[in-house]
Amino acid sequence: MSWINARRRRPAAGYAALLLGLVVVALAYGALTSSGSVSQASAAVGAQQDTAAGKRLFQANCSSCHGLEAQGTSQAPSLVGAGAAAVDFQMSTGRMPAKEVGAENERKPSSFSTREIHSIADYIASLGGGPAIPTDQQVDPALGDPGLGYQLFSANCSQCHNAGLSGGALTYGKDAPPLTEATPTQIYEAMLTGPEAMPVFADGAVSPQAKRDIIAYITQTRVEPNPGGFSLGRTGPITEGLVIFFGGMGFLILVALWITAKRRDPRPTGME
Amino acid sequence: MSDMEETEGTEGPGVPVAPHRVIGTPPPSPRLLGSTAVAEHREPATAAGEDEEEVVGVPHNVGLPPDDPKMVLHGKRAERVVAACFTLAFFAGCAFIAAYVGIGVGTVDKTLRSNLGLGSTLAATLLLLGAGALIWVRHLMPNVELTEERHELRSDEKDRQAFQEVFKEGTGYSQFVKRPLIRRTLMLGTLPLLAAPIVLLRDTGPKPGTSLRNTVWSPGRRLLVYGTNQPITPADFSAPGSMISIVPEGYEENDDQLTKAAVILIKFRPGELDIPTRTQGGTLVGTMNWTVDNIVAYSKICTHVGCPVALYEQTTHHILCPCHQSTFDAAKGAEVIFGPAPRPLPQLPLTTDSSGYLVAKSDFTQPVGPSFWERG
Amino acid sequence: MSDTDFDVPKALSGTGGWLDDRFHGARGLRVLMRKVFPDHWTFMLGEIALWSFVILLLTGTFLSLFFIPSMTQVTYHGSYVKLDGIKMSEAYQSTLNITFDVRGGLLIRQIHHWAADLFMAALIIHMLRVFFTGAYRKPREINWLIGVGLFTLGLLEGLFGYSLPDDQLSGAGLRIFEGALQGIPIVGTYLAFFLFGGPFPGHDIVPRMYIIHVLLIPGILLALISAHLFIMFHQKHTQMPGKGNTEKNVNGQPFYPYFMAKGGAWFFFIFGALVLLATFATINPVWLYGPYSPVAISSASQPDFYMGILEGSLRVMPAWEINFLGHTLSLSVLIPFALPLTIVLGGAALWPFFEQWATGDRSPHNINDRPRNAPVRTATGVAAMTFYGVLWAEGANDVIADKLQVPLYTITWIARVMVFVGPALGYIITKRICLGLQRKDAQELLHGYESGIIRQLPNGEFIEVHQAVNEERRAVLEAKPVPALLPGPGAADANGIPAPSSRGLLGRARGVANRAFAETIPLETNGHGDVDHGNGHAVESGEEHAAVGAAPSGSGHGQLPAGDAAEEEPREGG
Repeated sequence: MSWINARRRRPAAGYAALLLGLVVVALAYGALTSSGSVSQASAAVGAQQDTAAGKRLFQANCSSCHGLEAQGTSQAPSLVGAGAAAVDFQMSTGRMPAKEVGAENERKPSSFSTREIHSIADYIASLGGGPAIPTDQQVDPALGDPGLGYQLFSANCSQCHNAGLSGGALTYGKDAPPLTEATPTQIYEAMLTGPEAMPVFADGAVSPQAKRDIIAYITQTRVEPNPGGFSLGRTGPITEGLVIFFGGMGFLILVALWITAKRRDPRPTGME
Repeated sequence: MSDMEETEGTEGPGVPVAPHRVIGTPPPSPRLLGSTAVAEHREPATAAGEDEEEVVGVPHNVGLPPDDPKMVLHGKRAERVVAACFTLAFFAGCAFIAAYVGIGVGTVDKTLRSNLGLGSTLAATLLLLGAGALIWVRHLMPNVELTEERHELRSDEKDRQAFQEVFKEGTGYSQFVKRPLIRRTLMLGTLPLLAAPIVLLRDTGPKPGTSLRNTVWSPGRRLLVYGTNQPITPADFSAPGSMISIVPEGYEENDDQLTKAAVILIKFRPGELDIPTRTQGGTLVGTMNWTVDNIVAYSKICTHVGCPVALYEQTTHHILCPCHQSTFDAAKGAEVIFGPAPRPLPQLPLTTDSSGYLVAKSDFTQPVGPSFWERG
Repeated sequence: MSDTDFDVPKALSGTGGWLDDRFHGARGLRVLMRKVFPDHWTFMLGEIALWSFVILLLTGTFLSLFFIPSMTQVTYHGSYVKLDGIKMSEAYQSTLNITFDVRGGLLIRQIHHWAADLFMAALIIHMLRVFFTGAYRKPREINWLIGVGLFTLGLLEGLFGYSLPDDQLSGAGLRIFEGALQGIPIVGTYLAFFLFGGPFPGHDIVPRMYIIHVLLIPGILLALISAHLFIMFHQKHTQMPGKGNTEKNVNGQPFYPYFMAKGGAWFFFIFGALVLLATFATINPVWLYGPYSPVAISSASQPDFYMGILEGSLRVMPAWEINFLGHTLSLSVLIPFALPLTIVLGGAALWPFFEQWATGDRSPHNINDRPRNAPVRTATGVAAMTFYGVLWAEGANDVIADKLQVPLYTITWIARVMVFVGPALGYIITKRICLGLQRKDAQELLHGYESGIIRQLPNGEFIEVHQAVNEERRAVLEAKPVPALLPGPGAADANGIPAPSSRGLLGRARGVANRAFAETIPLETNGHGDVDHGNGHAVESGEEHAAVGAAPSGSGHGQLPAGDAAEEEPREGG
């Protein structure tokens, strides 16, 4: 009798079989698809017309909702003319592929590499043009003027994303996300393409230089230390009110209880 | 000895004695205040008292006597603790001064360090002083209690009568009651003086006049993007779903005028925009003719209480005011669909000038912003 | 005793004598030194406000040395380089200077703002304490009115204070204020133009708010606070019900040195707590908001918490505008602007007089009520708190929507319903709870508390032994006022004539109110009936009752069997 046969009725045998199955599937999956990696700041787009690879990836991952030719279905809009920037934004922030149809899509780790995203982006761009992925120089915060960025941000962005970048509520359960995690490229692309409920800030109204100024403002503000202590979420007077009642008054009430507590005679030092 | 002990002790033999005290039950009655504490009672000096208080009590000790060895030991220990608190407070205070001298400001990082240094040392000083003083009161000062009598607040009849007599006497001297002519002319004479402070406030500001009825928008005035102050053509603004904040040319930094003249510009896809033609009191206030290439301009000043209505949701084409959540449908002439705003946002008539830039065709045809009495 | 074994130093006695020669202070000061202040932690809440006010004065003076109350536009080239080149008012620039260029500036600014918040929070809690214990009753009605006045002035003072830096957040608040002001019928636009010196924002509002904030209102506040303290001093503070506390005395510790030391310690703790907050919790980071522009706005724009009720009222109101004789009346602005605060503050101001009218109680009170013993008052207080609280929470609706993922409009709809339903529910539930607690107290007085001692009776039953409450607790339980009933509409005197005060609509309303106020659970002062109450040991008669520890004689508990009396003796002497 083989070694395995002799032990096939042991309780551990079931677990071992399951573990083996999982390992086999994982290895196969890993071999057949790319390993997941969170996309970093955009690599240079380059001139590679990798549309064939992009088309394959698109049809494997996106066409079930967007249609085989990206023409759109009842579940998702057409991507013809959406442009590479939109694809890069949606996929690098992990919003696409969407978890559910119709829900507001939240940022989550992307399961595609930057190269893959760019391939799909090239493919989509080849279908109908649209805004391109910005270059590194276009999104470099060091080249932007945060003061001018502040002016544009305060008039067009802070009403949704908050002056402290903590995000805000929209109607019907949607919300504008905080701007603490988006890369400069993603910020640029979001302004350019207007994802979901966000309006479009095309280059005609907000020039590329102005976009860079806004990026400079956002990136500086979010890393700026809070000289006054903990930021309390940068949400404003609401949290301040909660802190004064529960923190300030709470502490002081405890002290007041101490001040007015009944005095007890001191315990004897020895035995009772 | 606790009361409960004695209670249990009266049980007969063989009956188990209950524990000293059961968790969750109230403690036995602490030392009572004892007999009355008003040992000293002074007779009132005169009828209408010179002093507020005529009764001064004597405090008496309700704790152990101060020469009890437990108290002496406790006092020594408490003294050390209090002294330690005060000494530490001294060092914290010195650290505060050192932090002030040593930590500079001038950048955000330095300010953070300065705030931390100054704040923590100052807080330590104050809290240590407070803790020291409190432990001093609670553990060093003997546990005395004192009873004070309240006396009746209402004066007794004799005093009230005496008061009334003197009052009537004085009033009699003044002849205020006897001579109505003086009384009345006095009131007459002082009346204008009462109005004077209100009258003097007149020059605090100009009369509103008609300034709330119009803005600086006029035929041909260019729309500029706020912040960059650049004019804008329909081609610049061709991406559907675009939104931008606009200010009138010539008034880019005039806050007084921007409070009424700020505009929000929105671009729609063909077929989405459907502004009904509306009139109000005979005046045209909204129409598709005021749009250019599916670009529409609305006043950015909320008709509720004047915040900038700035949130634009491209997918629902709602304009949401962040202050009180008034919501306007930008595709339908900014009519109100939720919230306290009473009227749609006024629409700015748009056209293009010879250079192709977007300009106003005229001023708004109704007053912008919050309602007011004279709005009509 | 050895504690007093010292000579008063010459310097001290010399100075004292010098002053006494001129001011006749010996007797008065002697009385003051022995003055008694009763000790209960809830009595310290007003002092939080008092010391916060002192801290506000101190820190405010420091700030006023650096703040420039001017709206002149300047271009910023200071330490906060992110805003370099931006145009802003001098007020905003000087605030940035205080924050980033003055050592201790940010700390003092934050202490000042936290102290303002603490002042208002302490006032709210203090007013609630005074209300729920009935300490506003005769002779303290004027002090109550002064208190309501202090709260109202505090609201204005805080509003102007946080608007001085002219930042985006407070500027939006001022714009709302101006928009609401201009909607007032007939005089609204004039009021707005006079206050702001022209159209909004103008150039005058910051300097004007400044002088109101640093001189006018603090002056009035100082005067009112002094009056408030003096009245309290003169009338003596109230006391909580307890052993030895009567309407005619005050028990506690002497002013000198006990109350002085405790008061000083309290000041240091309050100051220390505020400095801790100012060190570790950012408040009003104006550099993040940027200078005010009427074109810009941020999400989560709320005023400081004490203005929350106004903000919530503006948000909860649906659209409503009418045309009155050719003039526009925006009720969706006027009603929220005027009604909720008037209800709360006006109701608070009138309440002592309403209660007097309804209960007919015109006697002075120096012993506080336990809230459960005044169910209508407590329930009304809770209803008012619910009303205030619903509107306050609605003021935060966009932040709640964002953080708790609730749709925005849903929150407003909930608030629209709860602003009416909430207070009604609060009233009903609180009143029932109060009466239930009264019942529990009556039972406790009658039967004693459960001692946790389980006894087995000879017949096998297990009972829990009840112990009589101790003297302190008894005094508290028995200090329960018996509300008086006014003559009702049906009552008539000997000649068959109904009482004049009960006639007419007002009289009948008074009767209804009076009967509501008089609803109470009476304490039973007679024996329980036929059951014999032993001393914690088994009842020989075999009655299946939890035995009750006998109460000390004279408590009105009822007849005690003679056998128990003998066992009482050793206890009394303990």
